[in-house]
Amino acid sequence: MRRIWRGSATAALALLAAVPFGTSAGDSQRGKQLYESRCIACHSIDENRVGPAHKGVFGRRAGQAEGYDYSPAVKASRLVWNQKNLNRWLANPGKVIPGTKMGYSVSEAKDRADLIEYLKTESRG
Amino acid sequence: MSILIPNSLARRSFLSKSGLILSGTGVALLSGHDALAKSKSDSANDVDILNVALGLEHEGINAYTLGAKSGLLQKPVLDIAVRFQTDHKEHRDALAATIRKLGGKPVEEKSLAEYAKALKADTLKSQADVLELAVRLELGATNAYLGVIPSLKDVQLAKVAARLAADETLHWTILNNALGKPLPAGGMPFGA
Ligand code: HEC
Repeated sequence: MRRIWRGSATAALALLAAVPFGTSAGDSQRGKQLYESRCIACHSIDENRVGPAHKGVFGRRAGQAEGYDYSPAVKASRLVWNQKNLNRWLANPGKVIPGTKMGYSVSEAKDRADLIEYLKTESRG
Repeated sequence: MSILIPNSLARRSFLSKSGLILSGTGVALLSGHDALAKSKSDSANDVDILNVALGLEHEGINAYTLGAKSGLLQKPVLDIAVRFQTDHKEHRDALAATIRKLGGKPVEEKSLAEYAKALKADTLKSQADVLELAVRLELGATNAYLGVIPSLKDVQLAKVAARLAADETLHWTILNNALGKPLPAGGMPFGA
């Protein structure tokens, strides 16, 4: 009994340790891999697909990818894609801009941080 | 059915020009669903999300057309591609019918040239390149369908998304194997 409890407590601690808190910088390499498995169905960096192209998105106002047909909600939004807003967006797009047609969310904070780091890198280019 | 791809372009444009495509052919994935029982904004947002999914299916269908037209696919891979494209057409018809049933307007397919550009079809030089593209899209689609489930207000629609995800996973597995790639390292590799 006791040993089982200790085991699961250790596992829980290990889990916690794997998820950095706060604004610790993400890992852009890992972010790229995540992007290529999770976002690639709808997005690419330089082409509009089902979702808008992401080149230059970091630091830009929402709804500005040229030639992409945004939802009225995103088009009208005055939000700027900084670290904080992207993090909230990826956790729950519909909560940040109600009425958006992006229904995809990323539940792990570490994954979001890495994805944002990758978008930042790509936005510089 | 097996000679579908080489002729599909001509056939498709004929069908869409004559207005026959999708006209009542799709079977809505929601039988007996009463859209009126839902609050309007909930079902409107669900429709938007389904339309994004329909956009994915349009793209998937066109990706397989591009692959087949490239002349790079040999049998039996070509046959598999045709079969998977047929699945995506079924998804398309079912999603479109469901969207209509919920009072929405299904998004239209774009031109093949637009998909070719977005998917960088000019970089495909071998059968492996085509398969790599297909495997990437199928993986993306699996994850996309799983990822939208929490956003769908209607649990019946969530089930639809899960069923579509399962189909995409089936495709991914076969294509991944055709490329000689190993299975993912651990359990639950999709949809995190
Ligand atoms: C199922 C398809 C889908 C998936 C998967 C998806 N997105 Fe989106 N995304 C969209 C759509 C559609 C929009 C446009 C939203 C609108 O107009 O309401 C969008 C918009 C965005 C925007 C705002 C862009 C702008 O120009 O304002 C960002 C940022 C974004 N997505 C990031 C991501 C990231 C990062 C991922 C992967 C973790 C991802 N998306 C996965 C469909 C998707």
